[in-house]
Amino acid sequence: MKKNKSSMSQLEEVLISGRFAITSELNPPDSADAEDVNRAAMILAGFCDGINAVDASGANCHMSSMSICALLTRVGYEPVYQISCRDRNRIAIQGDILGAAAMGVRNLLCITGDDVSAGDQPGAKPVFDFDSIQLLRTARMMRDERVFLSGRKITSELPLFLGAAANPFVPPYDWRPKRLAKKIAAGAQFIQTQYCFDIPRFKEYMRQVRNMGLHEQVYILVGVGPLRSYGAANFMRTKVPGITIPDEIMDRLKKTPKERQQEEGKNICIEILQQVREIEGVAGVHIMAYRQEELVAEIVQEAGLLPRIAQQPF
Amino acid sequence: MLLEWIYDLTYALLKPFKRFLKPDSFAEKAMISIEKVGKGVVFDCQMCGQCILHSTGMVCSMNCPKNLRNGPCGGVRLNGHCEVKPEQACVWVKIYEGSIASPKYGGEIMWLQPPVNRTLQDTSSWVNLLHGIDQKMKTVWQTQEDKDALEPLFRGSNEKE
Repeated sequence: MKKNKSSMSQLEEVLISGRFAITSELNPPDSADAEDVNRAAMILAGFCDGINAVDASGANCHMSSMSICALLTRVGYEPVYQISCRDRNRIAIQGDILGAAAMGVRNLLCITGDDVSAGDQPGAKPVFDFDSIQLLRTARMMRDERVFLSGRKITSELPLFLGAAANPFVPPYDWRPKRLAKKIAAGAQFIQTQYCFDIPRFKEYMRQVRNMGLHEQVYILVGVGPLRSYGAANFMRTKVPGITIPDEIMDRLKKTPKERQQEEGKNICIEILQQVREIEGVAGVHIMAYRQEELVAEIVQEAGLLPRIAQQPF
Repeated sequence: MLLEWIYDLTYALLKPFKRFLKPDSFAEKAMISIEKVGKGVVFDCQMCGQCILHSTGMVCSMNCPKNLRNGPCGGVRLNGHCEVKPEQACVWVKIYEGSIASPKYGGEIMWLQPPVNRTLQDTSSWVNLLHGIDQKMKTVWQTQEDKDALEPLFRGSNEKE
């Protein structure tokens, strides 16, 4: 099922070809300026095979993922449309999936989403009408059986490459590969993981994944990213849900003089990237460089991942 | 597990009374009260009306602040506590442990649970189960073969390569 092309997605094409895939994500603006989106995408587009339009990650309000997709598809770029279950119910989500595909979106990332309590408006009403697996299954139903959840027909094709998230770095550890199996059964074709800073933990996860044969059914892109400073790492570790950073990495940043911490964070990222690349079953990386998007190019280059055949819409 | 046995027993006891335990009947009202109190005390039941307790290690998944019915989110803390309520253990960590301890139904944790039918809130799960109302959907969510194929993955993935 992994090798059969299900969409017209360029990301899927890269993965099927066996090339090491790179995705990244765009820091969504707090503006109503399309140029902010284009500028941010331009920095990334030359170095990756897909850019995630994130759906208010951390439950902080920014320009919506749907609108970012609208702007990017307008200039001919194929983003990864991220849908979280936090803010919209099943009626809104199914309608948005149709609309996104109509605009030219070919990649969908289905996630549960951080709770509203993690964000800057904790008084908001959390929706969670779907969970991520129900969302995936519904998207697959819409694509493969061409019906809504109600059974009502969809009157056109819906070429979508379906993705999901995975976090191998939080408990219950032994459950995580099994949850991956469920996500694959629900329709996941590619996976982007949470930030990987703990290589031994990730190796153990992949061992179990291979044992179950899951690496042959799904493309796994490992989440990596540069830590900007010791302070930023500490914030991510304590305030952002689901991010685990081992003590050794924290110590390494702490011992580095402040003005060189960003450089050191980038070096750590490149080292991790090169290590996960060697693990059997890893199909690519997802580089998350929040507010330091300009580093993605350097990371890709210094990790020896150039030259690349990237989407060149601009 | 004792709770699995109690589940089977309750089912066996109620099944003969299916034709009395109809939706919107007086008998359902009585069942609602019994479930509210009984399951409320034991499981902190949220009365979703489509109980999947035996598929979730006899721990109520509706107590997850995100109402997740298919597994834990990626926000579980390193001490196994909840992302949303740090003082509380993650419901899905408890479900996973409960499923391991459930020899009969534990593997059902692998099933893909369909979206919650919100119209069944505060109705009787047992009545809905007996009449197939809780599983009713207009589309095929997951076939029995798919469920059977997934279940064995629950217990056999940790051996060495």
